[in-house]
Amino acid sequence: MAPLENLIVLEFCQYMSGPSAGLRMADLGATVIKIERPKTGEGGRQLAIKNLFAGDNSVLFHTINRNKLSYSANLKDPADLDKIKKLIRKADVLIHNFRPGVMEKLGLGYQDCAGLNPGLIYGEISGYGKEGKWKFKPGQDLLLQSISGLGWLSGNKNDPPVPFGLSIADYICGTHLVQGILSGLIARAKTGQGMLVEVNLLASLVDFQFEVITTHLNDGGRLPDRAAQGNAHAYLSAPYGVYGTKDGYLAMAMENLEYLTKALDIPQIASLIHDGFTHRDAIMAAIAGALKKQTTGYWLDLFEPADIWCAEVQNYHQFTAHPGYKAMRLEQEIVLPDGRSLTTTRCPIRIDGQLFNSSKPGPEVGAHNEQLDHTLL
Amino acid sequence: MNKPLNDILVVDFSQFLSGPSASLRLADLGARVIKIERPGTGDISRHMYISDVEMNGASSVFHAINRNKESYTADLKNPDDLSKIMVLIKKADIVMHNFRPGVMERLGLDYDRLKKINQNIIYGEISGYGTEGPWRGKPGQDLLLQALSGMCFLSGNGDMAPVPMGISLVDIATGGHLVQGILACLVRRAVTGMGGLVQVSMLESACDLQFESLTCYFNDGHQLPERTLKNNANPYLGAPYGIYKTLDGYLSIAMTPVHTLGELIKCPPLTKYTDPAGWFTFREEIKAILSAHLLTAKTGHWLQILEPADIWCAPVESWRELLAELSLNNGHMTQTVSMEDGYQFVTTSCPITLNGAALTSKKGTPSLGQDNHRIDTSLLSALTQDV
Repeated sequence: MAPLENLIVLEFCQYMSGPSAGLRMADLGATVIKIERPKTGEGGRQLAIKNLFAGDNSVLFHTINRNKLSYSANLKDPADLDKIKKLIRKADVLIHNFRPGVMEKLGLGYQDCAGLNPGLIYGEISGYGKEGKWKFKPGQDLLLQSISGLGWLSGNKNDPPVPFGLSIADYICGTHLVQGILSGLIARAKTGQGMLVEVNLLASLVDFQFEVITTHLNDGGRLPDRAAQGNAHAYLSAPYGVYGTKDGYLAMAMENLEYLTKALDIPQIASLIHDGFTHRDAIMAAIAGALKKQTTGYWLDLFEPADIWCAEVQNYHQFTAHPGYKAMRLEQEIVLPDGRSLTTTRCPIRIDGQLFNSSKPGPEVGAHNEQLDHTLL
Repeated sequence: MNKPLNDILVVDFSQFLSGPSASLRLADLGARVIKIERPGTGDISRHMYISDVEMNGASSVFHAINRNKESYTADLKNPDDLSKIMVLIKKADIVMHNFRPGVMERLGLDYDRLKKINQNIIYGEISGYGTEGPWRGKPGQDLLLQALSGMCFLSGNGDMAPVPMGISLVDIATGGHLVQGILACLVRRAVTGMGGLVQVSMLESACDLQFESLTCYFNDGHQLPERTLKNNANPYLGAPYGIYKTLDGYLSIAMTPVHTLGELIKCPPLTKYTDPAGWFTFREEIKAILSAHLLTAKTGHWLQILEPADIWCAPVESWRELLAELSLNNGHMTQTVSMEDGYQFVTTSCPITLNGAALTSKKGTPSLGQDNHRIDTSLLSALTQDV
């Protein structure tokens, strides 16, 4: 049995952070209903990457909203709002990611909803929490990366700030919202009471950096210092990083510098390797000079039997063609209303050995109004 | 407030980051987490120092990940120790580990065996690459997963070598997924009484982290992601999305109509880009024009123009500015915790609040084996009598 079977989630969300949380709950068995404005639906339907669409909706929308239902309603229309309130009475979970105050103005704040349904778990995502000078700023991923210091961890010493090239704040915050909602459901099983669960993108990025911020809080407040070349982590010692080879790139994690001194014939670092952090740049430069002389395959053949932790830096062609990738059945097909199919990733969690795949696409706006009017209302 | 997991006992065999970050979250949500550690050395991350920071005899990383837990040392190859662990497992709600595939089986601590002594146990396991395929024996280490999974071609500019992301994000995502799976099983157990096996891997989590870009790759004719030559912040997004140098610092600008931006900052060459499709197609030239223009004034100047117009922008700051703001207005994002010997330190706190309350705990990091005596004399002796 899928663990969240029989649970109903109402998703008043757009773009990525909230919808990615709805997606996870859908994959784990919940019935997730997107509440959307009539005709246009949520903003994410038109937000495309690389201008890529599948029918009227972006491929990105299907990626984040597959396996859900859609119920369209004009929340400013009293008759529609009344239906939504009926849905709230039947729901187990409600999530939203509007800016602070919007749901309250609609009469759908936590207190209102708890009045309708005392067992409701009400989850909300904001950008920056409800306090502080940023509270009304748009909760957008790159902006959060910028103010949370994240830009100073990737790239090399002399590079400008380098952001993470994926929507990490949205992603991590969605993960945290699911954790909070599920723990609310666990508490509800004991008490019968619902709960308000709040997360925000800023707190999620602080948590995401918990190791390095804790270090900063206890090292006299020093700022991160990226390696001069091949940096992979501002706080880790040589050889941790990425190195060019004759035909590509090799990543090396924490390893035995004595071994590398001999294997790469770089005796000039012998006097430095007692402190791989202080002498990081000199050691990494010597390793880089040696690794350039042979192919990635040559180094893997040498290092892997010696249990040196390394890997080829692959692109998507190499990654998705690899038998290690294929063996794990990491893709699934979703079927669009016009019969075409679209390949996407799947839920990363297995329970009782079961994968949670589903061919359901992102729903058309209001596709399930009639069905839900009959079954739930 | 009663924390939601305040009646849950977690026996955690994991080390490093992925597993322990999951049990940290369970601890913050109220669970009692007992780390099972090897006598003498313990969790290897106790002494995995980052930079040169040592805090009361252990690494800052270990403290960040393992506060709010107990430590019980046991030699899992010693039958006496193992029998104590088995008694503990009988009482546990959750067992979790992140050993390479096969290790827990050899120790007799795999799910099938533990289910026989505790039918409703929830068993969480993290592997590097899953239990199938040629990568299954490879070390499950964050940078290697970033390298193998194509992730290093998303950050940095097109003229840079592959750029890893400077946080162990695959470990963190995997730990987050394990928590989701375990909590989902607790939800189910409350309904059905049944336990379950939760399996996650760093490989699956690395794909999930890239679900947007991989799905794009699967459906755009398998084109590789292309980082822009300058100011890249996401290879799949059009201009102006990126970070730009100003006269005195850096400014980030997210999705914004290019012509509107051009008008606001008085940069006429940008005003001709009125077609949204062109913001992706012509992103290199747009970014080149924009980056030259933004260099002419200070960050504050641009913010004063752009913020009132509701353009999505922000200054690029360091932790100093961030922590100054948090200490003024969001104090619950950090907390002070105490070890049993009185050593105190400041660290981050749980990012989730429940009914408006932060999930904090003053309990610091355990020293190695500090809870053996307590657990032997209370929990285990009571249990042995029961059995």
